[in-house]
Amino acid sequence: MVIVRNEKKNRTEEISFSGTVQELLHRLAINPETVLVVRNNEVLVEDETISKDDVIEILSVISGG
Amino acid sequence: MLCGKCSNKAVITLQHGSLCKIHFINYFEEKVFKTINKYQMIERNDHLCIATSGGKDSLTVLYLTKKYLEKYLMHVPLQALAVDEGIENYRERTLVDLKKFCNDHDVKLTIVSFKETFDKTLDEAYPIINKDLSKKPCNICGVWRRYLLNKHAAGLKATKVVTGHNLDDEAQAIMMNIFKANTSLAGRLGPMSREQEQGVFVQRVKPLYFCTDKEVRLYALLKGFQVDFAECPYSTSGYRHHIQEMLNEFEQKYKGTKQGIINSFLALLPLLEQQDKGQMVGKCKNCGEPANKETCNACVMAQQVSV
Repeated sequence: MVIVRNEKKNRTEEISFSGTVQELLHRLAINPETVLVVRNNEVLVEDETISKDDVIEILSVISGG
Repeated sequence: MLCGKCSNKAVITLQHGSLCKIHFINYFEEKVFKTINKYQMIERNDHLCIATSGGKDSLTVLYLTKKYLEKYLMHVPLQALAVDEGIENYRERTLVDLKKFCNDHDVKLTIVSFKETFDKTLDEAYPIINKDLSKKPCNICGVWRRYLLNKHAAGLKATKVVTGHNLDDEAQAIMMNIFKANTSLAGRLGPMSREQEQGVFVQRVKPLYFCTDKEVRLYALLKGFQVDFAECPYSTSGYRHHIQEMLNEFEQKYKGTKQGIINSFLALLPLLEQQDKGQMVGKCKNCGEPANKETCNACVMAQQVSV
């Protein structure tokens, strides 16, 4: 299971997933233009692979104002 | 994916290639400094007021303006100004980050508020003004924020107001003005406010003009700035929000869309300015701040809530 924390929604969920960052965002219906994806304090680009047991943070790049 | 300039791991993929942490930071800082130099945004006799909120854009522009002054050995006074609109569970959170940032970076911070100026927070004023003038919260907030920033920047003897407006903000504003056929307002956009507005407005400059939301958030993250996501409860009700979503969808499908809007706009800006030439901004008979009519919009709204 991959643990995904969504900063904007202030929600953490566990999902069964393996694939690239791009595929994860597609599955979560998130536009890649609007977020940064972080694992262990490292920013991931879209072709990087996410494995089971990874803890992923999805940070919004859009200011809330 | 690896950095196009070295063999380190990439942190971002841009149109011209991928960059690692170090090369992205260098690229980003160079882009901001080139923008400042190209448009001569900062001069040695300036007194700078940085318009801040505690979000990623204002912390980044504050940090980089200070770094620019140090790099070019410019002894230009710099201070930060923030507006507390009085939006529950929102602004107080970003102001905590801002106070800490200014303290850590030895920058004097002045905070002014809607409540102390207009006797109402935005939360209190919105239902009253909306009922009588059909104004959305973003309309009220925009007018009062601009009013307070200009008034207090002038009061602090600032010669320039430095804002954190970035490429996304500007592309949205351009499209909003096009969709609403506000060519006169469109002519007031651009990296710097126009000369003819000086004397009534403190000149506004935008060093992050060519930086996207994504680049700014990445820079703030890599530099370790404390930026928690805080969403204004009114933000999704505004026209801008719909334009923002549309542009991000376009950008995902057609890379370079936002930059294309900016480039086209900059090519047209001299024509828009020419069209608007001679239309000087007047002064409000009530407060003396800039106004297109006898009484400025800030005063009209303030009168509405004081009845």
